[in-house]
Amino acid sequence: MSEQHRPLGQTPSQTVGPFFGYALPYPGGPEVRAPWQPDAVRVHGTVLDGAGEPIPDAIVEIWGADAAGLASTERGSLDRDQHAFTGFGRAAVDRDGHYSFTTIKPGAMRDGSAPYLLVTVFARGVLHHLFTRAYFGDEPEANAADPLLTRIDPDRRGTLVAEPDAASSYRFDVRLQGEGETVFLDYGTER
Amino acid sequence: MHPTVSHPDPSQQVISDGIADRHDRERRLATSDRGLRAHPRRDFAPYRSTLLRHPTHELVRTDPEDIELVSPAFGHTDVAPEEADLTIQHAGEPLGERIIITGRVLDGDGRPVRNQLVEIWQANASGRYVHKRDQHPAPLDPNFTGVGRIVTGDDGSYRLTTIKPGAYPWKNHRNAWRPAHIHFSFFGSAFTQRLVTQMYFPGDPLFALDPIYQSIVDPAARERLVAGYDHEVSEPEWAIGYRWDVVLTGPRSTWMEPEDADHV
Repeated sequence: MSEQHRPLGQTPSQTVGPFFGYALPYPGGPEVRAPWQPDAVRVHGTVLDGAGEPIPDAIVEIWGADAAGLASTERGSLDRDQHAFTGFGRAAVDRDGHYSFTTIKPGAMRDGSAPYLLVTVFARGVLHHLFTRAYFGDEPEANAADPLLTRIDPDRRGTLVAEPDAASSYRFDVRLQGEGETVFLDYGTER
Repeated sequence: MHPTVSHPDPSQQVISDGIADRHDRERRLATSDRGLRAHPRRDFAPYRSTLLRHPTHELVRTDPEDIELVSPAFGHTDVAPEEADLTIQHAGEPLGERIIITGRVLDGDGRPVRNQLVEIWQANASGRYVHKRDQHPAPLDPNFTGVGRIVTGDDGSYRLTTIKPGAYPWKNHRNAWRPAHIHFSFFGSAFTQRLVTQMYFPGDPLFALDPIYQSIVDPAARERLVAGYDHEVSEPEWAIGYRWDVVLTGPRSTWMEPEDADHV
């Protein structure tokens, strides 16, 4: 039992590299909610580099609660059955750096916090993935009270908000560097 | 000292000097109570693709909420057992050295990460990926795709059968070669433990030259990416065995099973 007191060393991260395209994406990966379901919403955007150029070799994952704000315990993220909501999705960007998911808009998980999706970004040239959150632009009251959003410099807060751009559609661009750089999050896992 | 960013073709010496400078600087900045970190620095200039792809603002420290303290549920409906053997995906046997890689996925306290997804992808024995953007003039193998998946067992274990990948050239600098490696993707019991990394093979002469491997400044942390040869894993008349354990630290679920449920 003495091992319990001697923490093991973290296995370090390495870049996803350029050649994940035949391995990590899978059929149905971006369809966390089947698009024909009445509660399906689109969350999409472009991943951009420090020169403002789209990154064509990034891959994005989302992980979100269900409409009641609870994490799904359903299996089947890799083998979708069009009905179960697992909460997890994965989408490679296209040649224009654009990704697109269909999912459901999650409920808030705690009193006083706003609903969001956890967004994870991997790319060639990114040695350790980046976490961020996509809050929803049509939740101004909840966002104004959210414990994370209210801590962020108002000039940068908008980078964490997916803005409605069409019916049942939200746009969430990710800028890895430079003007409008997305706020990325450290959950105590940066060491 | 400061190579021009737009230089089309820096030498290995320029890259190696950049690695040494950065390692020196990080060692000076490390303190006795806050040593070198395990993860690479995202702004590791000798790996030139990082230049425009690393954030310049400090990351914002955040407490994980409920969703971040759990992971998607994966199960045997998601992954077929034969996906753990990359040598049986085609009509014939792939060329190259057949290997077995096995180990356990653990959290920082040594507890197994159970029933979680492990994904791998790799080049073939000649150092060529099936990916359409791989331009390396080495042969494809019609009997090898190089993609596998497995879900960890109750003890956090995984076991994969594949072919030892070849080293391959890349365009980071002149005469740049990646050490042979297999890409791995892991999910922890909390999403904050998510990890994508690369596993290497012991004794590779390219280690010292590779800015991706050397982006990890702490030598002890780098060595955690190198599998160990394990004669107990090798199978007579069949395959060479490697053991590689993986540790995913970070916040855990608040509703983990009681500690005495685990026997570490």
